Amino acid sequence: MSKILIQNGRVIDPSQDMDRQTNVLIEDGKIAAYDAEPSGDEQLIDATDKIVSPGLVDMHVHLREPGREEDETVATGTAAAVAGGFTSIACIPNTEPPIDTQDTVQFIKHQAALADNCNVFVVACVSKGREGKELAEIGQLVNAGAVAFSDDGSPIYDSELLRRALEYCSMFDKAVLNHAETLELTRGGVMHEGSVSMVLALPGMPAEAEDVMTSRDISLAESTGGRMHVMHISSAGSVELIRRAKSRGVPITTEVMPHHFTLTDECLRTFDSNFKMSPPLRGARHVQACLDGLVDGTIEVIATDHAPHAREKKMQELDTAPFGIIGLETCLGLVVRELIEPGLLDWPTALAKMTINPSRILGIDKGTLAIGADADVTVIDPTVRWIVDPSQGYSKSVNTPFGGEELIGRADTVIVGGRVKFFAGELVSACTV
Amino acid sequence: MSIDVSDVQAIPAAWTRTDLLDLESLSAEEITLILDAAESFREQTDGCTKKINVLQGTTVANLFFENSTRTRTSFSLAARRLGADTVDFSSSGSSLSKGETFIDTAKNIEAMGVDAVVVRHRTPGTPRLLSQNIGCAVVNAGDGPHEHPTQGLLDILTIRQQRESLAGLTVGLVGDIAHSRTARSNIWGLQKLGAHVIVCGPSTLVSKRWEEFDVEIAHNLDDILPRCDVLNLLRIQFERQQLRPFPSVREYALLYAMTAERMKAAKDDVLIMAPGPINRGVEVTPEVADGPHSVILDQVTNGLAVRMAVLWLITGANERNEPKPR
Repeated sequence: MSKILIQNGRVIDPSQDMDRQTNVLIEDGKIAAYDAEPSGDEQLIDATDKIVSPGLVDMHVHLREPGREEDETVATGTAAAVAGGFTSIACIPNTEPPIDTQDTVQFIKHQAALADNCNVFVVACVSKGREGKELAEIGQLVNAGAVAFSDDGSPIYDSELLRRALEYCSMFDKAVLNHAETLELTRGGVMHEGSVSMVLALPGMPAEAEDVMTSRDISLAESTGGRMHVMHISSAGSVELIRRAKSRGVPITTEVMPHHFTLTDECLRTFDSNFKMSPPLRGARHVQACLDGLVDGTIEVIATDHAPHAREKKMQELDTAPFGIIGLETCLGLVVRELIEPGLLDWPTALAKMTINPSRILGIDKGTLAIGADADVTVIDPTVRWIVDPSQGYSKSVNTPFGGEELIGRADTVIVGGRVKFFAGELVSACTV
Repeated sequence: MSIDVSDVQAIPAAWTRTDLLDLESLSAEEITLILDAAESFREQTDGCTKKINVLQGTTVANLFFENSTRTRTSFSLAARRLGADTVDFSSSGSSLSKGETFIDTAKNIEAMGVDAVVVRHRTPGTPRLLSQNIGCAVVNAGDGPHEHPTQGLLDILTIRQQRESLAGLTVGLVGDIAHSRTARSNIWGLQKLGAHVIVCGPSTLVSKRWEEFDVEIAHNLDDILPRCDVLNLLRIQFERQQLRPFPSVREYALLYAMTAERMKAAKDDVLIMAPGPINRGVEVTPEVADGPHSVILDQVTNGLAVRMAVLWLITGANERNEPKPR
C-alpha cells in the first residue's frame, strides 16, 4: 500500500499527551513514524498551519438504515461523517427492525464495508426488539461485533432490566448507554419546561425528567460496578449528579451534544421544528452547566446525536414533527467556535473528547496516532470561517438549526485506514448514495 | 380616537402588519389603533349590522383545523359585512385525512386566489408557520393554548368601553391559565395598555413563572376579589389537560366559581367577563353570568367589530405593500 507523509502540522494526540510540530508517516494503513522526511515515494500532504489529529470519533449517530432510508443510509451517513472529520462512528440501534440480532449487526457492517467511507461500530439493543422487557442476546451480539448496548430512542425504563444489563455487560466489559428521560414527566412534551414554554404554551419537558433517571442510573452503576454511560446530557442537575458520582468513583461517563452547549430554549420562539430535539434545548443556566462540565472534565465526550429526518417529516406542526437534528458536519465547527475560540477548552482537551475518550468507553482501538495504530487521521484547518449550507451537506437530510451560521474550523483532509477519503473540501471516490 | 374606515387607503401609515399572529409582539400603539378602528366600525355600521363594502372583491378563507362555532361565525360575518367573499374549510371535510400537510392545504387554498387566511389550529405557532409559507395575510384565530389575539382585543375593547382607560385598572384572570390562549393574549394586551394583571387559579394551572413577566399570582380568589376592577372567568380546558390538575370539578367550583355570594365581596362596579363557551356552575353561576355586572354579550358584539377591524387592516396593508416573499 502507498505511503503518505503529512508534513509540518501541529500534531495533537491526547492519547499520548503529544502536541508538537512534526511530520507523520503512514505506511500500509498504519501510523509508521514521526519526524520522517520525504523519501520520494510518498503522497505528500502539506499540513502547515493545520492541526493533525487522530481521526475524530462520534459515539452517537443515527444512521436510520435499515428501515428509514428516506432519512439516511449507512452510505450517506458515513459520507457526512467523513466530511465532518469523523473516521469512526458508532451507530445507535433504533432502526426498523432494531439492531438486536447478529444478522442486523452484520448487515450494518456489510453496508459500511460497501460504502467504504469510514469505520462504523455498532451499538446493539439492550433488550429484545428494543421493547425494554428482556435482555437481547448480548453475548452473541458481542461476538458479531457490537461494541456497546443501548435502547436509545427510548430509555431503559425497567430498573431491574437495567440492573441485569449492567451486570451482564460487565462480563464482556461493555458499556450500557442510556437515554435518561422519565417519561411520565415529559408526556406530550415538545420543548424544555420553563418560562419560554409557558409563554408559548408548548408542553414542557422539565429538566427533572432527566435528573430523576440519571440519579437512578448512577445508583445502579454504583451497586453493580457495570459501566454506565449517560447519553446526551443537557441539564444542570444531571451534570452535578455525575460530577459527584465520579468524585466517589462510580463507573459512569457522559457525553454532550454541540447544540446543548450552544443553543437555548429561546430558539423555540421561532416555532421552527429544527430546534426540536430530545433532550430539548434548555435554559441558559443549563447551557452554562454543560460548559462547566466540559471544562472540569465531568463531561468527557462530545458527540452529535446525528438524527436525520426527511424534510416532509420536519415540515409538520411542532407537536407532530419528530425530535432530532443532524450534526455530523457542524460538530467540529461548533466545538471550535463555542469552546476553543472563547478559551474554554484548549485543543488537546477538546480533541480528547472527540477521539480517545469515546474510544475508551466503546473499547475500540481508535482515537490515537500511536505508532502501529490504524492510520485514521483528521487534518483540521483550525481558523477557516465557513457558512453552513444544509443543501450542500452530504447527509440525506437537512434538519439542522445551524443553516446560515458562520462556524470556525473544518476538516481539511480525512484519512481512514491509510486511504485519503476527504481532501480539499471534497469527498474522494466515496460512496454517497 | 375615530378612524376613517371607509376605504383601505385610509389605513394609517403606522399600521404595517400583514399578519396578526399574537398580541405579545404588538405595541400599545398598534393595539390602540385596532381598538379605535373597531369602534369606528361599530359606529359606521350601526353596531355592525350594516354592510360596509371596503373589502369588496377580496376573499377571506377560514381554515379551522380545530372545532369552533362562535369564532368562526364571528370571522365569517365580519368578512361578509366588509363585502368580502368567504370560504370555509374545516379539517374533517378536507384532504388532511388523506395525509396532506396543513401547509400544502393552505397553499392550495391560497392558489385559488385568497387574500386573507383565518386559521385555528391545535398547535402553538402554526399561524406563524403558515405566514412564512404563504403570501396572503394571516390571522390567528387561536393556536392551541398559545394565543387568541382577537379574543384578547375584544376583551380589552369591552373594558375600554366601560372605563375611561385601561391604565391603572386591576384585571383578574381566573381559571385554567396554563391551557388558556385567552389568558396569554389578555396578559400581553392588558399590560401594554397599563393594566395590572392578576392570574388566579389552582397552583397546578397557574405557574409561578408568570411573576417573571410582572404578572401577580394568586391562588385564593377571595383574597384578590375586592381589588379587581374586572374579572375574566376562563373556561377549564378539560380537553387539553394531560392529568387532571385538580381533584374534582366540585372542588374547583368551590374554590373558584364566581357566585352571587362572592359578588358581595367584589367592587360595586366590577365587570364580569367570560370568553365562552362557559361551563355554568363551574367557572360562574348563572345569576352572575346573566347578572347586571356581566358584559359577556357585549364581548360577543365587540368580537365582530374587532374582527372587521383586523381583517380590514391586514388585508389593506397586504394590498398596499409589496407581496411578502414566499
